[in-house]
Amino acid sequence: MKVVLIDYGAGNIQSLKFALERLNVKATLSADKNEILEADRVIFPGVGEASSAMKKLKDTGLNLLIPELKQPVLGICLGMQLMCSHSEEGDIHGLGIFEVPVKRFNSDVKVPQMGWNMLTNIKSALFQNIRDNEYMYLVHSYYAALCKETIAQTKYGLNYSCALQKDNFYGVQFHPEKSSKAGSQLLFNFLNINS
Amino acid sequence: MLTKRIIPCLDIKDGRTVKGVNFVNLRDAGDPVELASQYAEQNADELVFLDISATEQKRKTLADLVRKVAHAIDIPFTVGGGISSVDDVEVLLKNGADKVSINSAAVKEPELINKLAAKFGSQCIVVAIDAKQINERWIVHLIGGKVPTKLDLFEWAKEVADRGAGEILFTSMDHDGTKAGFANKALARISEEINIPVIASGGGGEPKHFIDTFTHGKADAALAASIFHFGEISIPDLKKELKNHQIAIRI
Repeated sequence: MKVVLIDYGAGNIQSLKFALERLNVKATLSADKNEILEADRVIFPGVGEASSAMKKLKDTGLNLLIPELKQPVLGICLGMQLMCSHSEEGDIHGLGIFEVPVKRFNSDVKVPQMGWNMLTNIKSALFQNIRDNEYMYLVHSYYAALCKETIAQTKYGLNYSCALQKDNFYGVQFHPEKSSKAGSQLLFNFLNINS
Repeated sequence: MLTKRIIPCLDIKDGRTVKGVNFVNLRDAGDPVELASQYAEQNADELVFLDISATEQKRKTLADLVRKVAHAIDIPFTVGGGISSVDDVEVLLKNGADKVSINSAAVKEPELINKLAAKFGSQCIVVAIDAKQINERWIVHLIGGKVPTKLDLFEWAKEVADRGAGEILFTSMDHDGTKAGFANKALARISEEINIPVIASGGGGEPKHFIDTFTHGKADAALAASIFHFGEISIPDLKKELKNHQIAIRI
């Protein structure tokens, strides 16, 4: 299976590579359009700030390529947020795959949310063999609201979308590569999901 | 609900784990990669590696160790110790560290916090603060508590948060090594005054201390070293005890 991690200078992807290696998958880091188009699975990682990340996507034309992909695509953390319609972080338009805006947490909670929080109301094959109320590791200051594409919720001050799905596009706010066995199961599910 | 985190801290010297009592006498507690894997297996929520070696080879050795740890474990970890530049941070993050912790370098050059937050994001920048009470004022100290600064703990905590730190790791030098409980009053005050997560460090000796720091101390996470390394408290037992006391915890 050919797995490509989209390369747009999105910070630390070493842990994600190692997590896939533990599942016996050697992922390729690439910004090459053909290589991305030919992949069986595409992972869109992201750590950092939304507007500079979006700028990098635009500079390379990846902003036009990603929404056109037909194979299963998984956005992680900022990757997921960039797949949404708009982000308050830098006031940018996202890729618009998920029709939901990304907002900053209110200051009635500590920001960033950092640590392990619970997934509830899970649906989708992405969560096969993962129990409802499982804990995943999260680090983020912005969140996607609940919407019709929500496939898992988390509560932090309010309930928000911890995972999203539309057709072949999946997004998770948590870091599966850092979420112990449950996170590894999620990556395994994504690699094995029907395309 | 976001759970409270239990964080074992591994002091590293020349690629090996050590832990000082009151930061002076060092004892050998094993291979860091093996120890890290064990802690991940026991449901530790996160790990901190603090490099206390000071050799020329240091940076390379540490980067190699970070890579090995990232390869072996699937929970987040922070690396600290002698980090003083954007380049230092870049090497560690590229090798798989999730967060870095800076201490003296931030005091000497506060602007470094802004630079790191802008380049890598606040979420991976932890500012470690060591402080002790002098004439009833909490004063920030450097070099493992040996050198006092003029900084007031609470003012400094606010400044680092304003400059873009994602988290504060507060070690009370008065409590460190005592196993008599965390500095809960000071911790609670930090949590009340700033809006980023705070890790309590120094003084954890028994489960009650952890319960107290998560309730009275309002800490988001608690860090300890030797009590975990020498098996005085097992993480699964500690977490069970916390859960029994209605503390949100990942089991």
